[in-house]
Amino acid sequence: MTQSHRIDAKLGGGQIDRTKTLRFTFDGLPYQGHPGDTLASALLANGVRLMGRSFKYHRPRGPLSAGSEEPNALVELRTGARQEPNTRATVVELFDGLTANSQNRWPSLRFDAMGINDKLSAFFAAGFYYKTFMWPKSFWEKLYEPIIRRAAGLGSVTREEDPDEYDKGFLHCDLLVIGAGPAGLMAALTAGRAGKRVILADEDFRMGGRLNAETYAVGDVPGADWAAASVAELATMPNVRLMTRTTVMGAFDHGIYGAVERVADHLPTPAKGKPRQSLWRIYSGRAILAAGATERPIAFENNDRPGILLAGALRAYANRWGVKVGERVAIFTNNDDGLRSALDLQAKGVDVVAVIDSRQGGSLLPGIRHLQGAEVIDTSGKLGLASIAVRQANGRSENIAIDALGVSGGWNPNVNIHSHHRSRPVYDPGIAAFIPGSDGPPGLLVAGAAAGQMSTHAALKTGRDAAVAALELSRSPDLPEAEDMPIRITPLWHVAHGKGRAWIDQQNDVTVKDVKLAHQENFTSVEHLKRYTTLGMATDQGKTGNVIGLAVMAELTGRSIPETGTTIYRPPYTPVALGALAGRSRGREFRPFRLTPSHHWAREQGAVFVEVGNWLRTQWIPKPGETEWRQSVDREVLATRKSVGICDVTTLGKIDIQGTDAGAFLDRVYANTFSTLPVGKCRYGLMLREDGIVFDDGTTARMGEHEYVMTTTTANAVTVFRHLEFCRQCLWPEMDVQLISTTEAWAQFSVAGPNARKLLEKIVDQDISDAAFPYMGAGNITVCGGLRARLFRISFSGELAYEIAVPTRYGDALLREMLARGAEYDPVVYGTEALGVMRVEKGHVAGGELNGQSTALNMGLGRMVSKKKDSIGMVLSQREGLTDENGYRLVGVKPVDPNGKLTAGSHFLEKGAAPVAANDGGWLTSKVYSPHLGHDIALGYLKAGDKKIGQRMRIVNLLSGLDTEVEIVSPHMFDPEGERLRG
Amino acid sequence: MVSLQPLTALGRREATTVTQGPLSITERSDVALASVAVRKGRGTDLAKAAEKADIPLPGPATHQPGTPYSAFWITPEMWFVEAPYASHELIADLLKHALGDAASITEQTDAWVAFDLTAPDLAPLLERLCNVDYAAQPEGYATRTVMDHLGVYLIKHGRGSARIYGPRSSAESLLHAIETAAHSVW
Amino acid sequence: MIIHHPILGPRDAQEFVYLGDASLIDRPDGMTAGVEAFHDYLYQRTNPAGEHQELWYHEQGDRSWLVVTRNTVTHEITKVELAREVARARGRTK
Repeated sequence: MTQSHRIDAKLGGGQIDRTKTLRFTFDGLPYQGHPGDTLASALLANGVRLMGRSFKYHRPRGPLSAGSEEPNALVELRTGARQEPNTRATVVELFDGLTANSQNRWPSLRFDAMGINDKLSAFFAAGFYYKTFMWPKSFWEKLYEPIIRRAAGLGSVTREEDPDEYDKGFLHCDLLVIGAGPAGLMAALTAGRAGKRVILADEDFRMGGRLNAETYAVGDVPGADWAAASVAELATMPNVRLMTRTTVMGAFDHGIYGAVERVADHLPTPAKGKPRQSLWRIYSGRAILAAGATERPIAFENNDRPGILLAGALRAYANRWGVKVGERVAIFTNNDDGLRSALDLQAKGVDVVAVIDSRQGGSLLPGIRHLQGAEVIDTSGKLGLASIAVRQANGRSENIAIDALGVSGGWNPNVNIHSHHRSRPVYDPGIAAFIPGSDGPPGLLVAGAAAGQMSTHAALKTGRDAAVAALELSRSPDLPEAEDMPIRITPLWHVAHGKGRAWIDQQNDVTVKDVKLAHQENFTSVEHLKRYTTLGMATDQGKTGNVIGLAVMAELTGRSIPETGTTIYRPPYTPVALGALAGRSRGREFRPFRLTPSHHWAREQGAVFVEVGNWLRTQWIPKPGETEWRQSVDREVLATRKSVGICDVTTLGKIDIQGTDAGAFLDRVYANTFSTLPVGKCRYGLMLREDGIVFDDGTTARMGEHEYVMTTTTANAVTVFRHLEFCRQCLWPEMDVQLISTTEAWAQFSVAGPNARKLLEKIVDQDISDAAFPYMGAGNITVCGGLRARLFRISFSGELAYEIAVPTRYGDALLREMLARGAEYDPVVYGTEALGVMRVEKGHVAGGELNGQSTALNMGLGRMVSKKKDSIGMVLSQREGLTDENGYRLVGVKPVDPNGKLTAGSHFLEKGAAPVAANDGGWLTSKVYSPHLGHDIALGYLKAGDKKIGQRMRIVNLLSGLDTEVEIVSPHMFDPEGERLRG
Repeated sequence: MVSLQPLTALGRREATTVTQGPLSITERSDVALASVAVRKGRGTDLAKAAEKADIPLPGPATHQPGTPYSAFWITPEMWFVEAPYASHELIADLLKHALGDAASITEQTDAWVAFDLTAPDLAPLLERLCNVDYAAQPEGYATRTVMDHLGVYLIKHGRGSARIYGPRSSAESLLHAIETAAHSVW
Repeated sequence: MIIHHPILGPRDAQEFVYLGDASLIDRPDGMTAGVEAFHDYLYQRTNPAGEHQELWYHEQGDRSWLVVTRNTVTHEITKVELAREVARARGRTK
């Protein structure tokens, strides 16, 4: 079986390389094709017409088209991890070793059990789901939905991870030309020769557009040769970028276009390290849409059999690929372009047995049986076309045995991208089709067939003129000679005959009957028509069917087509792989990591890391023999409180604030006062949002008269900086304040515990005795013999504690040096879990309490909000709803039974109260196990909590079945007098 | 004498060069960096002092080279000043000495990782990394942009020569992003 | 979207963070205005279908806050100003 339907090379070779043979399989059977083939052209060359089953009725289907508009010939391409469903055989470029399988059939394409749906079609009309699966309600989840899910969908996806890579990128040009047919090539030549930066993108692997499928001349040479010469000329221009296999899939705001380049889809696998596809964002203030036109069929009974194609597709397969779809062919047309198809096929040696022309009058084609005023009323054939029934002008019917039928109902301009900004196409009765409306994306011009300019001459001319207009060029190049035939069409949307089904949208199995039903049930607007019948949905988005559907609706309602209107289009123009949209942001590369200065040391120690934003922080560091995380965390806490612990706190945001108004500025952005802070001291600051809710907190130090260093929480570093810039630029532009982030410039470590000072004294060059460096002191120091550093005496753990900072490059060395020099104190390096335990023991607020819903009053910090000065959030924090005496207050919680369990998120209930929302007293925000106290402890927001200290309540969690009796205590559960931190 | 051994942003003892096809990516740990921001109403004072000390303060989107100080524009009334690390490790102190209280000066050396990129033409690489129209920009163009979700500064020294300053903590991720993009191109 | 930055020229909107109505510049003085005035400042918006002045922050750029005049129906941007200059023009001081 070797390419039985390939046309003899002597009659015109087509644009395939017959000297090379490519092997491929379809449904397990081996076939051969040539470079330049698509999967569809190669299968047709081998006499294979049956390529798939339809979505709803599982009707046998073959290709309708020869391009990206294809509704039927959807196949699963490749196998294993690269298996991809719903690829259109009409655009899949053939490569050696290609494997494809038909889909939506079981057990085989020739015998599909779900074909029973076709016999039951009366039950599956439009609106079927809405009507049938409504009740009983309980059936939906258990019965209907699982059945529908099993039957629905097209093709199947691989369950394996996509092994390929996808790139994203950004391109800039003066002019983007979308489509490389005669209009696009002429536009690109015009702009390119004028020295402009041009991107010419075409979805095909061969530029030339329709010229590749035609026989007529441009200038002195065949159109395809002119296209090839034009591409060759453009390729020599350094200012022109030619992008084949690239679909411009959307027009976005302000001259941004999205494009998918299929870099390696024509190869068995991408080359190592190379992307399979690239998603380009193209910035171009000017663009020309030269996307051509798509032929549409005519609806008649059983018009969906394999072997029935668009007439222009039959012509394209013959001219471009040297393939005759059938030996005995007829054409059914309502326009002159159908006649051209008949003549081209005849020239390729195909037996054109009849042309069924729905129009009356005009001259007859020579040498062909040309039936005017005739219509195709039905077809027959089991798995492919065998014959058609023709009703002639005199009313007599005739059966004609053929194996391929070309249908031409006229051509629809590809207006798709022009309506991405909601521009409505307008109906042009001259070509019986919609053309672009007036209010398209700014900067986007339309040329050629996409603009309804259907002749080759008109395409070349409008392409050139669009480039001249878009770029305001002074010179307009001459055009080559080309055909300028008029469009002669008498609209025929569907053949009125009989009671059988006549397909409009072959992909979704929408027939004329379905449109009638929609009309009967008053779903008459085009948008309702689409939703009710599914017309125009799924992978082809109705490229061949939409206009027929609305034309039929227009007939039924008695309105004109312009009155009926059309749906508009959204991106993408053709389906885009999710992998292309994700690009490289997947798996480990979903987002970049931020590594702390101690990361390399911690990795050596076998630390467990936790993602905090993009940061990887040490969560805990297991020692040999520790099998459970709590063992490590308990040890880290106990060792810190017993002697000294070190924690990398570089991740906290650090903002350098300078200027003569720096202090006054801080007074505005913090609820409490900083202008009075002495140089060399630091203070805890509470930052509110303007609505009075707590935004962030941290310690800010005054390093000089006009110089402060603010710290923020790790999570809010970016948003606080943004907020400060807002305050500085928008609210108080006259203040003398300068801001710069220094988060990453300094490696900062917390050194905490009774021996913290003794350890640091071995590192710091200066005197840091309590007298010289008291509690809340801050200053510039040097370490290890003169390295500049900063020291802050602050504590999150409740211990005697410091934070010490050195330039980041020395962070790793400082940590190792502290551990080495301080070895006699047996220092421990602790992670975020131990940090969390110690802060909960001390009742310090953090993530769970800084939840974006809580006020200073809720946190027990109400007195920090100074009313003696204006600050962000001060006024609205006094709102009635936020100052309720019995509102939520931060409390500590411990189980009455030391073995009692607590979980964060559990709710407070009075003893004996039913666990219903009305009795809810608040919730636990943070919970840890305190190794000192020997039991769980927690922080929580409790209504009137400050008045309930000492009382007993219950902690209830209905999800985990927890119900624990607890005592409400002060949040300061460890060393409440704070004796340790001043030590 | 300081006894501590520094690490580069990539966590190595010495800065290294990675090559991929015609591209070389060199980590630069020998650049000292500080921000200089005009105090309110002190623009003229700062300009005078900077001119005297040979510290360039270029206009928007521009890098101006010099010896020992080079500088590029960050935001209105703020610049990053570069100098050799060996001689200018204490760049903030040196600049404060030169510019006095007309400017707010903050050390930035270790806030960033610097990568120097060289190849015959960097445009095909950079179009896969950021939305800068590299080919169309003049030499000395300096801009902030986004690569691999990271805010970076990109300085064009020539068609085939550029420097990227990225957040130091993400040095490994940024290098990986540049390398993978380079694999796509070359 | 493209925002024509008054200093840096056309920049992709992806580099910016959107805040909201540019009336957020007109913050009342907390020492003289009460809860009502602040409530109106923070929550009352005209939300026009048409020309709208709004605040955008060039976070992945030069950190300038901008006042962008954008038509909410067409997305057309007709004017972009530095927020600092707008604030000064509106008489905002220390």
